[in-house]
Amino acid sequence: MLLYILKRLVYVTPVAFGVSVVCFLLVHLAPGDPLSAVLPADATQATIDEMRAAYGFDKPLPVQYLIWLWHVLHGDLGVSIATGRPVLSEVSRAVVNSLILASVATVIGFTFGTLFGFVAGYHRNSVADRAASALSVFGVSVPHYWLGMVLVIVFSATLGWLPPTGAGPDGSGNWRPDFDHLRYLILPAVTMSVIPTGIIARTVRALVADILAQDFVEALRAKGMDEFGVFKHVVRNAAPTALAIMGLQLGYLLGGSILVETVFAWPGTGFLLNAAIFQRDLPLLQGSILVLAMFFVVLNLLVDVMQTALDPRIERA
Amino acid sequence: MTAPVTAASVALDGGVLAAEDVVHGPDAAFVPSRGFWGHVGHRLVRDPVAMGAGAVILLVVIIAVLSPWITPMDPYKGSMLRRLKHVGDATYWLGSDELGRDMISRLMLGSRLSLFIGVTPVLIAFVIGSCIGILAGYVGGWTNTILMRTIDVFFAFPSVLLAIALSGALGAGIFNSIVSLTCVFVPQIARVAESVTTGIRKRDYIDAAKLSGASALTIMRVQVLGNVVGPIFVYATSLISVSMILASGLSFLGLGVRPPEPEWGLMLNTLRTAIYVNPVVAALPGLCIFIVSIAFNLFSDGLRAAMEIRQ
Repeated sequence: MLLYILKRLVYVTPVAFGVSVVCFLLVHLAPGDPLSAVLPADATQATIDEMRAAYGFDKPLPVQYLIWLWHVLHGDLGVSIATGRPVLSEVSRAVVNSLILASVATVIGFTFGTLFGFVAGYHRNSVADRAASALSVFGVSVPHYWLGMVLVIVFSATLGWLPPTGAGPDGSGNWRPDFDHLRYLILPAVTMSVIPTGIIARTVRALVADILAQDFVEALRAKGMDEFGVFKHVVRNAAPTALAIMGLQLGYLLGGSILVETVFAWPGTGFLLNAAIFQRDLPLLQGSILVLAMFFVVLNLLVDVMQTALDPRIERA
Repeated sequence: MTAPVTAASVALDGGVLAAEDVVHGPDAAFVPSRGFWGHVGHRLVRDPVAMGAGAVILLVVIIAVLSPWITPMDPYKGSMLRRLKHVGDATYWLGSDELGRDMISRLMLGSRLSLFIGVTPVLIAFVIGSCIGILAGYVGGWTNTILMRTIDVFFAFPSVLLAIALSGALGAGIFNSIVSLTCVFVPQIARVAESVTTGIRKRDYIDAAKLSGASALTIMRVQVLGNVVGPIFVYATSLISVSMILASGLSFLGLGVRPPEPEWGLMLNTLRTAIYVNPVVAALPGLCIFIVSIAFNLFSDGLRAAMEIRQ
């Protein structure tokens, strides 16, 4: 197992390296000089040169990359142009909020997804099966930013039950686990949970149907095991894949939350990215994307290792 | 030694063999079969869900093409006196937007840009991704390793994040949003193309083509492309729905289409301020995205089933 983890680490290293190159080059994709957003329009050539030298933009690209990577590896993601605060502290605050939202959405998605998936897998071609299929098509087809708006229209604008935007009553950027803050979490979390619900329902349905059709289930029933006993076997067989999908969905939600966070003004990474893009705050943009992508890489690794640990049938190649 | 027969291999072998039969003379009692695509079409026509979805797509495409001539009112002309009329208004059938412009006219004209920015990236990525994947899969070895490990890097980004990162760095605009979405889909299509190509690389008919003296390029163009294009195409159609949601999402964030052009995502964004005054009208553009996206998904599922490709 340890050898397997080491092998996975060796495999992940070039990917992580590639991710850092992509994030570094993002800034250079931007039209014009990365400094054009900071400098006044009437800056003299001398000022421009001075600034270029100060930020290191006068050096060749590979050298700039190595210097940047060196700083990143030491936890220095640069300074936000808009606020003047270190990018790392801005990002880590936002990541916590996004993680709360994404985790709750994943838990909701996993609960309903497995529920629908099991019912559909046990009763193929029944009404429940059709409902589960419809739900999974709905989940992957609905523009979630629109769904968020519709939920706000229904539950905030019309019924007035839940607050439409923000993370808490005090308007602060930090979510706390109490009742008042919980009310703010419901709509964005439900909105975000629709995609994982659909995907997990579809996967679990296929898994359960597949397992039930296998010989060992028939053998268990033949030796007189009751349905609950058989059910426990099905759960144990479906769990590794279902949990792996859940882990990956958490990563997708964390990285893809920008649209939903914008709709709900949720103070997470998506909201931060949005601000970074429109203020042309390139260090902040670069830093948040690097953190999110690396989080996704690590999460993928963890999911792989966990799945292998849970399911001895997977070859540790 | 017989290669396992799959729908895709039957497909193109069928096509190629039929052509050879004609060349080899009329003595063989050759009954023209329906061919692979004929069978797919036949099965598709019998699938009511896929046909319904296809009809919706066709209708939207027709509206998109004809919209400049058939909108009931001028989609750009607003009136501050007639802002946010409700659905069912005598003049504005689907109400009017926050600047008093006719909603139905804007939704009709909006279908043009929404379809264009949603479908174009998948089409371009289909071409580029197939080329990369087929090359990597057929040539194999180091070429494969280098190409596919580079592709892996892009898989380290969730698609939404990659799309927003790229278009955020490139700046707002239709062209940039199409470029970013293409970059999102190229790796996904290339990975599918590579795995399908690797799967047929060792088949007998490839060896036969090699022995007959065909060049690598010819084999890739005739034998390989012919056999892999179907599965890649089905995969690409399944991406259109995601692409439409993402493209309109970029416009929703202000990174795609610029006002006053009507586009569903952008309309949804500008109407957000109106959700307390006229919620139904504010939700309409999103409903359009949803309908088209679900239609593409259902049609793609039907196509996959008709081609008997396992998910």
